Amino acid sequence: MTSPGRTVRIASGQGFWGDWLEAPVRQVEGGPIDYLMMDYLAEVTMSIMQKQRSRDPSRGYATDFIPLMERILPTVVERGIRITANAGGVNPRACADAVIAVARRLGLAGRIRVGIVTGDDILDRLDELMDGGHALANMDTGAPLTTVRGSVLSANAYLGAASIVEALRQGAEIVITGRVTDTGLTLGPMMHEFGWAPDDWDRLAAGTVAGHIIECGAQCSGGNCLVDWKGIPHLEDPGYPIVEARADGTFGVTKHAGTGGRISVPSITEQLVYEMGDPQHYITPDVVADFTTIQLEQAGPDRVRVKGVRGRPATAFLKVSVAYFYGYKAVGTLVYAWPEALEKARAADRILRERLARLGLAFEEVLTEFVGADATHGPLAGPPNADLPEVQLRIGVRARERAPVERFTREIAPLILNGPPSVTGFAGGRPKVEEIVAYWPALIAKSEIRARVEVVEA
Amino acid sequence: MGLKGRGAFKRSPGTKGTRRSAVPPVRRSVQLRFLAHARSGDKGDTANVGLIALRPAFYPLLEREVTAARVAEHFRGMLTGGVERFELPNLRALNFLLHGALGGGGTLSLKTDAQGKVFSTALLRMEIPVPADLDV
Repeated sequence: MTSPGRTVRIASGQGFWGDWLEAPVRQVEGGPIDYLMMDYLAEVTMSIMQKQRSRDPSRGYATDFIPLMERILPTVVERGIRITANAGGVNPRACADAVIAVARRLGLAGRIRVGIVTGDDILDRLDELMDGGHALANMDTGAPLTTVRGSVLSANAYLGAASIVEALRQGAEIVITGRVTDTGLTLGPMMHEFGWAPDDWDRLAAGTVAGHIIECGAQCSGGNCLVDWKGIPHLEDPGYPIVEARADGTFGVTKHAGTGGRISVPSITEQLVYEMGDPQHYITPDVVADFTTIQLEQAGPDRVRVKGVRGRPATAFLKVSVAYFYGYKAVGTLVYAWPEALEKARAADRILRERLARLGLAFEEVLTEFVGADATHGPLAGPPNADLPEVQLRIGVRARERAPVERFTREIAPLILNGPPSVTGFAGGRPKVEEIVAYWPALIAKSEIRARVEVVEA
Repeated sequence: MGLKGRGAFKRSPGTKGTRRSAVPPVRRSVQLRFLAHARSGDKGDTANVGLIALRPAFYPLLEREVTAARVAEHFRGMLTGGVERFELPNLRALNFLLHGALGGGGTLSLKTDAQGKVFSTALLRMEIPVPADLDV
C-alpha cells in the first residue's frame, strides 16, 4: 500500500500499432516512470492474427513487441518499470514465450515475471453461445450474428482492468493480454498500486479517464492539436504523455522534461472528446464514467491536473468485437495537372465509369473524390479554385466478389495513354485488391466470460 | 483593439440605462473557427465532433447557437442519418454525433476520411450569429 501523497507514473508508449517506434524507448529513458502501457490492437487486428495463428500455431501476436523488448528490457528491469500491453493478440502465451526468450538471451533470467491474461477469445465458443440464447446481435443494426456466421474470423470479449490487477498482484512485471479495453491498461496499475476496490466507482472512473487521455499517445500532448498548432515546440521529438496518479483519484498529465509537444487544457480537452459518444455514460467493463464531471486545470508548463471525476456502477455486459469477412475493395489514383486540372480529372472519372459500366461490372459502391478540391469537406469546400496546379482523381470500388474489383484495378493505368491529358502520379503501380474484414460490435453477459491469469518467470 | 465590430449599434442620447429601442442589436456572422477548436473521431459509421470553446466566455454562445438542427443543416447531403448533441459544460464543449457520415465507416468505407478525422474542421466552417460587439 502506498502513502497518501505518493504518485505513480504511468507512461503511454504507443497509441496504436503503427505508432512511433521511438516513443516507448523515449519514455523509458527520458525520466522516471513506474509503468509503461502500450496499445497494439485496432478493431480488426485480431482477425489478421487469427489467420496467422491458423497457419502457424506459434504466431498470432504483435511481433513488433519483441524487438522493442530487446531494446528496453535491460533498462526496464534495472529501473523496476512494469509494462502492460495487449500485444498478446490471439496468442498471449506465444508472445510471453518470445519475451521470455529475449529476457534469457539478455541475461535477465530469473529477474522478470510475465503475466499472461487470456479468456477474451470466444471464437471457438460462438455456436455454443448462440445455441444458449446469446444472439450476439450487432449493436448498430440489431441483426443476429447468425446472419454472418459463416464469415466470422475472430471474436473477442473486451476484458477490463481486473485481470491486469490480478496479474500484477501475482508479481508480474510485464503483463501481456489479448483483447482488453485500452483504458484498462492504465486503470489496472492504478487499482493495483492504490488498492482501489472494484466498486469504488468514482476512482475507477478517474482511472478510466486517465486511460482515455493517454491511450492515443501524443494525441493529447501536442499531436493533432488545433490550438496554436504552429507554436507547439519540437514536434520532431514529441513527449508522449505520463499520468501522475494519486490514491485519491486525482491525477496529473505531463511529459518528460526536454521533450517537444505541449500539454495544455486545450490539448487534453481535444483528446477527451475524441471518439466520444454520450459523455455521461462512458461505458467500460469496470465502470460507467461521467465525462461531464471532469475538472481540468493547467498546473504549470506541460502539466494538467484532473479532478472531480464521478462514476456509476459497471453494467452486466462486456463488449465483444467480432471480425468477419465482408468482401473486397480497391482505390486507384491519378494526378491531373494545370491547366483545367479539375475538368480533366472529372472527364477521366466519367470515362472510367463508362468503361466499367460497359464491362457489366457490378459494384456495391463506386466513390470518386478529387483530392485538392473536395475530398475532405465535400460540398462545404465551396467552388474549387479555378487555377488549381494539380488535383488527384481518387476512385474507389467495393464489391462482395473479387472479380469486378480485380478488373477495376486494371482500368486505371490505361487512362494514362488513352484518356484526358496531363496525367501523372502512377509510379506506385496497379492498385491492390484489398480483402475487407468488417467489424461487428456485440454484447455478452459477463457471466459467460472468465478471464485467466498465469504468471511465468523468465 | 476595437470592442465594436462592423455595424455597431449606437444608442441615441437620453436612452442610457433605459429599455432598448425597437431596433434589435446588430449581430454579425462569425465562423466557428474563430470561436472554437475541435477534434473528431469515429464510432462505426458515425463521426463524432467535439467542439470546444476557445475562451470560456464563448461557451454560452456556442451552447445557444450551435444546435443539433443547425449542425444537421450544415452537413446536409453529407450524412445518411441524423445529428445528436451532448453538452459538457465542465469542459466548455459540445459533442455532436453525425450518423451515417463515413460511407459505411471503418474498413468498408472508400472515403479519404474514412475515420472522420477532419469532420472537426468541416464543422469549424459553420457560421453562427454573434453579438456585434463580441471581441473575437
